[in-house]
Amino acid sequence: MRLRLWSQRRQREVELDEELHSHLQMAVQDRLERGETLEDAEAAVRREFGNVGLVKEVTRQMWGWVWLEQLLQDFRYGLRSLRRAPGFTIVAALTLALGIGASTAIFSAVNPILFESLPYPHADRVMMIWDFGPDGSPLYTTFGTYRELVERSHSFDAIAVMRPWQPTLTGASEPERLDGLRVSASYFQVLGVPPALGRDFDASDDQINGPKVAIISDGLWKRRFGGDITIVGRQIKLDDNPYTVIGVMPGAFENLLAPSAQLWSPLQYDKSLPPQSREWGHHLRMVGRLRPGVGTDQAKRELNTIAHTPVAGFSRPSHASLDSGLMMNSLQDDMTSGVRPALLAVLGAVLLVLLIACVNVTNLLMARGAQRRGEFAMRAALGAARSRLIRQLLTESLLLAIIGGALGMVVAAFGVSALVALSPPGLPRASAIGVDGPAFAFAFGITMLVGLLVGMIPALHVSRGGLHTGLQQSSRRTAGGHQLTRRTLVVVEVALALVLLVSAGLLLRSMQRLFAIDPGFDTSHLLTMQVQTSGQRFDADTTHRFFAQSQEAVSQVPGVTSAAFTSQLPLSGDLEDGYGVHFESSPTGNPEADNAALRYAVSPGYFETMSIPLRRGRLLNAHDVADAPLAVVISESLAKSKFPGQDPIGQRLRIGPNDGPWYTVVGVVGDVKQTSLVMSQSDAVYIPTTQWRFADKALWLVVRARGDAATLTPAIRNAIWSVDKDQPIVQVATMDNLLAASAAERRFALTLFEAFGIVALVLAATGIYGVLSGSVTERTREIGVRLALGASRSNILALVFRQGMTLTGLGVVIGLSGAVAATQAIVTLLFGVSRLDPITYLGVITLLVCVSVIACWVPAWRAARVDPSITLRAE
Amino acid sequence: MPRKLPYQNKIELLQGTLDLLILQTLQWGPQHGYGISQQIRTNSGEVLQVDTGSLYPALHRLERQQWVSSEWKVSENNQRVKVYRLTANGKKQLATERSRWEQLSEAIARALNPPNEESEA
Repeated sequence: MRLRLWSQRRQREVELDEELHSHLQMAVQDRLERGETLEDAEAAVRREFGNVGLVKEVTRQMWGWVWLEQLLQDFRYGLRSLRRAPGFTIVAALTLALGIGASTAIFSAVNPILFESLPYPHADRVMMIWDFGPDGSPLYTTFGTYRELVERSHSFDAIAVMRPWQPTLTGASEPERLDGLRVSASYFQVLGVPPALGRDFDASDDQINGPKVAIISDGLWKRRFGGDITIVGRQIKLDDNPYTVIGVMPGAFENLLAPSAQLWSPLQYDKSLPPQSREWGHHLRMVGRLRPGVGTDQAKRELNTIAHTPVAGFSRPSHASLDSGLMMNSLQDDMTSGVRPALLAVLGAVLLVLLIACVNVTNLLMARGAQRRGEFAMRAALGAARSRLIRQLLTESLLLAIIGGALGMVVAAFGVSALVALSPPGLPRASAIGVDGPAFAFAFGITMLVGLLVGMIPALHVSRGGLHTGLQQSSRRTAGGHQLTRRTLVVVEVALALVLLVSAGLLLRSMQRLFAIDPGFDTSHLLTMQVQTSGQRFDADTTHRFFAQSQEAVSQVPGVTSAAFTSQLPLSGDLEDGYGVHFESSPTGNPEADNAALRYAVSPGYFETMSIPLRRGRLLNAHDVADAPLAVVISESLAKSKFPGQDPIGQRLRIGPNDGPWYTVVGVVGDVKQTSLVMSQSDAVYIPTTQWRFADKALWLVVRARGDAATLTPAIRNAIWSVDKDQPIVQVATMDNLLAASAAERRFALTLFEAFGIVALVLAATGIYGVLSGSVTERTREIGVRLALGASRSNILALVFRQGMTLTGLGVVIGLSGAVAATQAIVTLLFGVSRLDPITYLGVITLLVCVSVIACWVPAWRAARVDPSITLRAE
Repeated sequence: MPRKLPYQNKIELLQGTLDLLILQTLQWGPQHGYGISQQIRTNSGEVLQVDTGSLYPALHRLERQQWVSSEWKVSENNQRVKVYRLTANGKKQLATERSRWEQLSEAIARALNPPNEESEA
């Protein structure tokens, strides 16, 4: 159909041509008959007829579809003119590519987390439910609470609980420790995604002493079992036990609550809720799906009502009393609220970079527009309407933007891979980050926007009145308005660059402050790894013996100063072992009020290996065995809060349930930063590994090395495997790396801001350079005159410098107010620095000034070397 | 520098009246563009000289609105010319335009005569 329209079009053109031609001929004929000469007749007819081309064009407009033709014409013309100026085109396109590409990359990363809804049906109805800890912070729930809610709550279609599970898969290939979840049977119902193969769990699977069944992930299925569909019903060996695989999850399923989980198995807790059992430990995460028609407020109210009205059938121990109520938030909020401020800040920063890139390209277009004044003046004289010229220029800038956008997609692809590699480990939905549909739509949208934005000002300028000056060659008149706009744009660029650099600077200082904090132990030359005992043959005694022998073996490795085991590692991100600590007597208030503290089961030598200082009493040693009196070492903060100014040695305390044994305090050690460098909750109790009621199956090995800790890894692993070769050793890392990882989120934001800041700086510098260069070129004659009249070269240098630095100065002043406003957005990321930190601001201003001086140098140098005789002669 | 003037007719004819004139001319029989412009000039006693810059756009517009149709013929001088003729719709449109023009001119005439003369009569 298109071709037919085209050929019809051609036909009509030819006919119109012929029609007008025949009209002219007949008119000439008439005049000849009246006796005029041929030349006179033809001249008269042409004059009378007017502008043939114009007539044709106006007539053509009657046919319709003209706008499309004109658009195509503009595109072709634009392409030609871009090809004629390759240098300009490349620079402008690359600048836009950078801006568009970076923005698209950041958008791709941010979209699945902040904007898209979670990949579950009606994801906004999936809620997290939390208990409250004694300090008001959210706490994991207990199985008892779960049972009660299942019975008593009417707001949920389904509720489920889960806890981490790390079984070792043995079989044909080598043993592998997997991440998994122990879940209640309703887990997949809450999420709304059933298995793709086989069946979901049902209630009969989730009974105590129930069948050993498991559902595996698509990834595990393909990787380990070759995607064999007969896997359903087959048995696999987990922790030396046979488990029947009953289902496989779909490939698209994302287990957001534990992204690395690859298999699920029922909790199989005791529904009769025996007291003092794990059914009453706060270690489960609870998630529920709201019933249709039930609002979140309604559900919250009901939960709190249930919490505050205990009933006979569900008696609660004091530590799971639900006195503070229950907390509920949506899964989406729960996952994203932590990273939201950082991501929004980064999104804002990249849009600033895009803006700076646009300003730069606008300036380039304006410079080019000035060069093309003659061309547009000619077209206007030939009858082009102003709107047509503007449309032409906008089409050109759109074309430029499209080229930039296409290149930008390449930049975006690289950017996204870099982002995923850099991203902090806790970033939710990291697997969903990619250049996908929404990213393309975003890229397309901003490309169009950028094209229009960038072309608008130059188009308005070039097509303005005063076109006649373009036909004259002299540089006597500088188009004053044109220069003013360019200078304003540069000022804007400098201001935006300042905002970005200040943000980067503040984040940098925050990182410095963060890492200046004393973690409470010596983090250098410290290697850590987690050693697990798996398999049925490990009872309490075997476990203790294994770890004791391993510690001995590791200490013998050359290069090792000391080694020890602990059940939890500070700053490892893996701290979940918190208990209520109850003191027998406490001078500060009610001994019934429990402190929450983290429990560390440590081997002898732990404190020495970690270099945690002893404040009072003694450290735990090899004499604190299972039969010896129960000893505990507490942290300084706990001692101060419970026994201010007194000696806590000899006091007794209980850890956890009310009928537990009494431990006697034998020592006080210095505080250690536990969850992160920033948080100050540092109450801890340390007990010997052998004196806890069960043996921790997985312990962290800490090794102090004489030299580089990482190089000892193979030797240490071999030492442990010499004791028992089947035990998995995972998460090997130096303490320094863990420390760095604990600030991963800030570091991520910092890296991005630094990158953006540098780009902004370079763009602003080139902007200043461009404007000054242009100005010098246009004022060549003026400079020549000045020199001829006696100005010295240094005067000219000063002149240009003054011009450049004024622009910078204005930009800085405006940027300062912008920075003060904008840094509000990153306040949550800052640590130890105020957002008005003077050192940062001064540093950034100095940097900008230095860079501007460099940018001014070449134009100033050129101006000073102008030869007045040449310029004056050229008049 | 004078402002660039928008394209104008030599005598400011309202667009509607040019259409009216063309349609009226074609009532006398099919004609080509040059012929139409000559005929309008003659019939108006050399007063109305239709600008070819407005004539051809008008003709093509009328054709698009299907008030005239066109075909290529060979003239007496063995030249190929595009000849326009009035269609049935065009005849109706002509009648409408004529009555509108007459209403308009009557109204203008009445507005130009002083009102008190009327009331006296």
